[in-house]
Amino acid sequence: MSIVENFDLFAPRLINRKELLSSGHRACSGCGEVLAVRLMCKALGENTVIAAATGCMEIISSMFPTTAWRVPWIHVAFENTAAVASGVEAGLKALRRKGKIDDRYVKVVGMAGDGGTMDIGMQALSGAMERGHDMIFVCFDNEAYMNTGIQRSSGTPMGASTTTAPAGKVSSGQKTWKKNMAEIMVAHGIPYVATVCPSYPLDFIRKMEKAKSIKGPSYIHCFSMCPTGWRSPSHTAISMGRLAVETGVFPLFEVEDGHYRVSPDMPKKLRPIRDYFKPQGRFRHLKDDEIDKIQERVNIEYKKLTEKAKFLKTGN
Amino acid sequence: MGKRIGMEVAIAVAEAVGLCDIDMAAVYPITPQSHIAEHLSDLVANGEIDAEFVTVESEHSAMSAVIGASGAGARAFTATSSQGLMLMHELLPIASAMRLPICMAIANRAVSGPLNILNDHTDIMPQRDCGWIALFVENGQEAIDLSIQAFKIAEHKDVMLPVCVNIDGFQLTHMVEPFEMPSKEEVDKFLPPFVPHATLHPAKPVTMGAFAMSDYFTEIMKAKDEALKSSKKVILEVWDEWAKLFGRSYKPVETYKADDADVLMLTMGSMGETAQMAIDELRAKGVKAGLVKLRMWRPFPFEEIKAAIKNAKKLIVTDRAITFGGPGGPVFAEIKSAMCTETQRPLIYNYIYGLGGRDVPVGDFVGMFEKVLADTENKAVGTYEFWGVRE
Repeated sequence: MSIVENFDLFAPRLINRKELLSSGHRACSGCGEVLAVRLMCKALGENTVIAAATGCMEIISSMFPTTAWRVPWIHVAFENTAAVASGVEAGLKALRRKGKIDDRYVKVVGMAGDGGTMDIGMQALSGAMERGHDMIFVCFDNEAYMNTGIQRSSGTPMGASTTTAPAGKVSSGQKTWKKNMAEIMVAHGIPYVATVCPSYPLDFIRKMEKAKSIKGPSYIHCFSMCPTGWRSPSHTAISMGRLAVETGVFPLFEVEDGHYRVSPDMPKKLRPIRDYFKPQGRFRHLKDDEIDKIQERVNIEYKKLTEKAKFLKTGN
Repeated sequence: MGKRIGMEVAIAVAEAVGLCDIDMAAVYPITPQSHIAEHLSDLVANGEIDAEFVTVESEHSAMSAVIGASGAGARAFTATSSQGLMLMHELLPIASAMRLPICMAIANRAVSGPLNILNDHTDIMPQRDCGWIALFVENGQEAIDLSIQAFKIAEHKDVMLPVCVNIDGFQLTHMVEPFEMPSKEEVDKFLPPFVPHATLHPAKPVTMGAFAMSDYFTEIMKAKDEALKSSKKVILEVWDEWAKLFGRSYKPVETYKADDADVLMLTMGSMGETAQMAIDELRAKGVKAGLVKLRMWRPFPFEEIKAAIKNAKKLIVTDRAITFGGPGGPVFAEIKSAMCTETQRPLIYNYIYGLGGRDVPVGDFVGMFEKVLADTENKAVGTYEFWGVRE
């Protein structure tokens, strides 16, 4: 936290001071996602073209005739962002090769929420990654369809209450485990996959810069705190991101050419998930045994990750 | 000079597109369009054209990718058919609202269900209100010519709209026909480089595809309608120029022995050539029959169509699609609405035919004329009939 508080002291050497996502956008107060997008823009810099999916980040930033974007930006529809980005990449590549535009390297980035990435957008994403376009795809995962009113997605964690998987007399909210999108991307054999959280800005920026440096497809899965949808106070967004990481609910790691590395920000010993669940209204209904069951799963998943990091580290 | 060649029409369309210095194409295979995708891939693989060919995983992504590329300032092409066009549907009004000059070849094919791979117009008709310029061709030569003209029309600064060229699947795409293929030099002379108004490039950042609510939405819709209507002027100019350069002229509405005709038939697409043979047969029997061929579906050429049909006593509108539970065929509905305020107009009949690739030989066209002429009490005027249906 101290780094963010003393931004002016430490940041100029570490972080691009230029704001490519301007203030004045329409995001909710305490939005973790828009903070993540801002950090992403800082890491990527001006030579970037963004293709965005329909969703919160699109409607809060592009209300005609205004725009919050200081980089070229395109929105077409909900499910096709990766395909649009792949078209932009192919178009720019041809135009540059044929001498029709500046001979400068431009990174194309696709961005979507968990719905636009993991559900309705998964086919287009899989296709774009498999084809090997020189692009980054960033999933801003706030764990439900927040823009349309907190409906469940395949990114919603087990037990969370949403408007289409509500907790009720005979239901404990989401009945399924969260889809492991980062691993699905690893299975595509792309050069770089990483998880990030805006509560860890330096880790975030380092990974984004790494993705930018790679010529080929890379995938970043960004944990995006949503106080509105998670039923938690606005001012707790950053701490909620840290708790998700410290409990192992959302581990930070990266996979480069198949080699796993758990980020140094991960604690030696994970905190109990109760610490993370307690401040959030979406988990309030969960009984002790239900939380225990989820804890068990988090432990297993984290064990799997650390084992992979042990056996599939760089050099092995 | 262009040269006379014989070639399968789908392959010739890819050749013609290859002459247009495209920067990018994204095409997903579907029968009967696939030969366009395959041949374009060949042209790229052999270095004959300098373009990116993006092997997308669906037609939805094909249209998405060409939207992205066109937004980036590339000359972008795609092609599809039937279910593929239906899958693209969501994106078609977005492409036109974004004023992206994308060109698309459609190998028209029946839409499921039941699954059917053969030709009719049930794929393009549901796309009618998407804001695209929609042109139909009758033979291979027209398919080549319009595929090249499409870029010039779409990219004209007064148009900036996507264009689709409708080529009947199998009936045209899979026919080997003789035609004149323009040379690269001729196409270069005809088609200037694409100069986009704005592009997705950091040199000048722009926001494309912004979110607009009720305070702007109506104005944007009106602007699109105006753009589409006024594109007709540019299309006519492009056709004039084409006629001067290549000696082949195009009109929104073509006629055949229509000037003195008592009874007219209206066709769209490849059926026109067969209908023309029926006209000759009927004329030989002393029937004053004539043919009107509609080439320009959107923008709809109201003036030209009125001028072509107003003097006839009867008009047979033929349709290769149906608006279920509605007025009959979509072309019929359009012609009726175009003529409803005219004091001088023919009695209008509608036959829906050639669905799912059903063959319509010359005799069937003659039969339609005979049936309409036999309706002396005008009982069938304004109604529609599935021609040749087994009941």
